[in-house]
Amino acid sequence: METLEPILSKHPFFKGLDKAYLELVTGCAKNVRFDAGQFIFRQHEDADVFYIIRQGKVALELSPPGRAPVTLQTINEEEILGWAWLVPPYHWRCDAQALELTRAIAFDGKCLRNKCMEDHSLGFELLNRLLPVIGKRMEATQLQLMDVYGAKK
Amino acid sequence: MESVQRQNVMLPSPYRVHRVHRETEDTFTLELTGKDGAAPSEFIPGQFNMLYAFGIGEVPISISGRSESSGGWLQTIREVGTVTRALHRMKRGGVLGLRGPFGTGWPIEEAQGNDIVFMAGGIGLAPLRPALHVVQSKRDQFGEVVLLYGARTPESLLFEKERELWRAKFGVQVKVTVDAAGREWKRNVGVVTSLVERTSFDPDHTVAFICGPEVMMRFSVAELKQSGIPEDKIYISMERNMKCAVGFCGHCQFGPTFICKDGPVFRYDRIRRFLAVREI
Ligand SMILES: Cc1cc2nc3c(=O)[nH]c(=O)nc-3n(C[C@H](O)[C@H](O)[C@H](O)COP(=O)(O)OP(=O)(O)OC[C@H]3O[C@@H](n4cnc5c(N)ncnc54)[C@H](O)[C@@H]3O)c2cc1C
Ligand code: FES
Repeated sequence: METLEPILSKHPFFKGLDKAYLELVTGCAKNVRFDAGQFIFRQHEDADVFYIIRQGKVALELSPPGRAPVTLQTINEEEILGWAWLVPPYHWRCDAQALELTRAIAFDGKCLRNKCMEDHSLGFELLNRLLPVIGKRMEATQLQLMDVYGAKK
Repeated sequence: MESVQRQNVMLPSPYRVHRVHRETEDTFTLELTGKDGAAPSEFIPGQFNMLYAFGIGEVPISISGRSESSGGWLQTIREVGTVTRALHRMKRGGVLGLRGPFGTGWPIEEAQGNDIVFMAGGIGLAPLRPALHVVQSKRDQFGEVVLLYGARTPESLLFEKERELWRAKFGVQVKVTVDAAGREWKRNVGVVTSLVERTSFDPDHTVAFICGPEVMMRFSVAELKQSGIPEDKIYISMERNMKCAVGFCGHCQFGPTFICKDGPVFRYDRIRRFLAVREI
């Protein structure tokens, strides 16, 4: 059977990762698909998975009580969906909904998390890759908060 | 002699509003011809005019294109305050005062033979639009042409028909995103900088033109630099309050330069150090 290793080895997120670690990560990966409108995860649920989107588009949303849902960001092809699986308390911080037919590679985050506890070098490698993703999202949120296209105050 | 010249450039000429196009809730385009209906002169994409609402005030507004039917200049304006509000109230046939065109334009010829990335934020798409028209008219002289456009909400996006035309007919990679949207919006949400890595261009042979709020342009430059485009291939259009628009009064001074006559379009590496100074 063809494994996902050749695909993962080419993905920027795993670039330069030791072959043994790549095999380990591949062992935790599988192909998944979501129909348009399907929720991939919901806020506050356990975050035990993360995804690399291969095709489609996913909206990260917040649904404040009594208010209409707001899309915070969309995740597109080749991008990483989900970082809460590696950051305590391992709960999703928002909802994720497929906006169109979406194909992704899903990783068993719980299994990887345990492996990271056992092998801190693996943990370092994965955190090192995930932190820039979180950093970029934070920077984007700052820009959105500044409301740069609004009236100058 | 010099004072006579000064008087001339300071004296607005009457222009007629040939048509008003409503773009969004707060943004509109005035189509301006000479008072006798004649088409105005040539302009360089990126240049601006000083528009004078009689008795109220004068504001710098970039030329956003030329009307195919009347030959008039198009000026796309967002209502933010006193003068732009007065301009918003203008009707077909109304007359306003105009001085210009002033300032530097986008160096489109430098991009010929290369890929070209347009990065626009909000009303910033308007000053870039005439440059896109030039590229459209000589499409085969450019490699990849990319338009990355960010706005506040789906309702505030400008020039939808044209963006679709650029994409479908002229092979422009058009990518659009908004800062916030409800569920009904099925396209990108996020900051305009997030579009850069979703785009394909050859950074060693790319020229980038950026126009939008200054914060957006700073983040955009950082992202484009990270993607490999050198600073001396990045151009930005600067905004400051203006009075004379011809380098006399010093109102628009920015470091040792005047935005009205040395800009508004600057090569990024030439003004970078002044952008870092908070007070300027
Ligand atoms: C070279 C150049 C080209 C420009 N091109 C365009 C253009 O093509 N289209 C366009 O709509 N504008 C353009 N502008 C900006 C435009 O000149 C200003 O929006 C205008 O001067 C505001 O005048 P006002 O009297 O309506 O507002 P004011 O009464 O001066 O300001 C009212 C309020 O609006 C805020 N404000 C002022 N300017 C802006 C702004 N640019 N954006 C958001 N809030 C603002 C002020 O801080 C204030 O709170 C350009 C500016 C420059 C320097
Ligand atoms: S506006 Fe007077 S010098 Fe620029």
